[in-house]
Amino acid sequence: MKVLVPVKRVVDYNVKVRVAADGSGVETQGVKMSMNPFDEIAVEEAVRLREKGAAKEVVAVTIGAQAAQDVLRTAMAMGADRAILVRTDDTLEPRAVANVLKAIATREDAGLICMGKQAIDDDMNATGQILAAKLGWPQGTFASAVTVADGRIEVAREIDGGTEVVSLTLPAVITADLRLNEPRYASLPNIMKARKKPLETIEIDSLGVDTASRLTVVSVAEPSERKEGVKVNSAAELVEKLKTEAKVI
Amino acid sequence: MTALVLVEVENGAVRQASRSAVAAASRFGAVDAIVFGDGAEAAAALPGVTRVLSVPALVNDLAEPAADLLAARAKDYSHIVAAASATGKNILPRLAGLLDVQPIPDVVEIKDADTFVRPIYAGNALATVRSSDSIKVLTIRGSNFDPIAAEGGSATVETIEAPASEKSVFVKVELSASDRPELESARVVISGGKGMKDAANFKLLEPIADKLNAAIGASRAAVDSGFAPNEMQVGQTGKIVAPELYIAVGLSGAIQHLAGMKDSRVIVAINTDPEAPIFKVADYGVVGDLFEVLPELEKAL
Repeated sequence: MKVLVPVKRVVDYNVKVRVAADGSGVETQGVKMSMNPFDEIAVEEAVRLREKGAAKEVVAVTIGAQAAQDVLRTAMAMGADRAILVRTDDTLEPRAVANVLKAIATREDAGLICMGKQAIDDDMNATGQILAAKLGWPQGTFASAVTVADGRIEVAREIDGGTEVVSLTLPAVITADLRLNEPRYASLPNIMKARKKPLETIEIDSLGVDTASRLTVVSVAEPSERKEGVKVNSAAELVEKLKTEAKVI
Repeated sequence: MTALVLVEVENGAVRQASRSAVAAASRFGAVDAIVFGDGAEAAAALPGVTRVLSVPALVNDLAEPAADLLAARAKDYSHIVAAASATGKNILPRLAGLLDVQPIPDVVEIKDADTFVRPIYAGNALATVRSSDSIKVLTIRGSNFDPIAAEGGSATVETIEAPASEKSVFVKVELSASDRPELESARVVISGGKGMKDAANFKLLEPIADKLNAAIGASRAAVDSGFAPNEMQVGQTGKIVAPELYIAVGLSGAIQHLAGMKDSRVIVAINTDPEAPIFKVADYGVVGDLFEVLPELEKAL
């Protein structure tokens, strides 16, 4: 079975983003970028499946500008066998991304797609589900544990009140939650080796899929600031303030 | 225009987040509700709901049959809406995939029938987006819409068959039992972070939670360290809460966590580090050791 792992290059999770002065978006020039944290978890899980013998090959894929190659190199340093860059200068919505990934999954004859549950830039939490629908495959979203056996995948999912387990026929799409695993660090020798692994570049237009946007961004604004608070000296003073000033207890 | 709302019923009552979703959907016109499993009666009692589509056979809210069913009914509606809960986030994007539309998750404000505001970058920016899709598929952030009442309505109920699910099978569910109010609907939330030091110390929050009828939450760091179960996590990738009072104990206030609670009306922080980012959003801060402050707080209440 071949596992396809879509990864996304996003503003690093430690960066406090700034809204652009003209309200068109968020400042990304000169900002540190890295692999979306949920995608690292997805790469790790795919590599573990190969190490256990449940998968034969792990292929990382990303969609973006030439610079997005760096997240593919990271994925290969973590253990992905090869990578595909679908090149575009446009920012794609989840629906468009799903159309591209469907084309790649079909071309690669993938048996499992393992991806992050959401990207920390657009916070959409949608691409995996849309992709599963378009492929007609079952989905195991917000996965915290997976087991592959007998042509099926059993997925423990994080739901509001606890954990749910579902069993899906393969091929399937799973989306990784935080607790699925602890991603490994890429060691220096593995980073060197990853430079030699195959990285194929495909121009997005050559796939012939619909990548139009359905949402127009009217504006992007800063959320309203909270007014400055006060420090109190004791628990008793805190309770007093909560009773008389804030009137919440 | 008519909107269809996926209503979640738990222990015979409509979840508060779903009542917020109905409140949001009523801005578009008439509202129909769809309910999986038992719960048609509770949904029919919601004020403002005209018709309830009841699917008693779909007990485990598997995304595959649920999305198929919604897609088959979608052409009758201008908007299909759910709470931004685990269920809503699982099913609605799949429905959007079947309809070939772009879903609009986590809506915090409705400008008009096509224009919505949603947070991006862990709530550090608010994007206003306009959709050109003929059917809008959206999930609603419950804390931003006052829920409608649980009773007072009298909708008609239509029972429909569930499509078969061959590709996915429900195996089991493990729910954690708790007598405390639900995190997302509690009026007061008290959360512990990594500063709690171990799981046993989370018990220190209980007497205070008892006195305030509060739900207990946790930061991602506390959950990752095994101090608290996953479903207690407040943050960008956990639950989003906006209670009247939020008490943050021994947590630094990472961006991830702030995204889940910074719309609370009053925020209290208890932390030894006066430079902790949580103090930037806190209305009241106590700089001190939580192991000393918590017992004092319990006594003062």
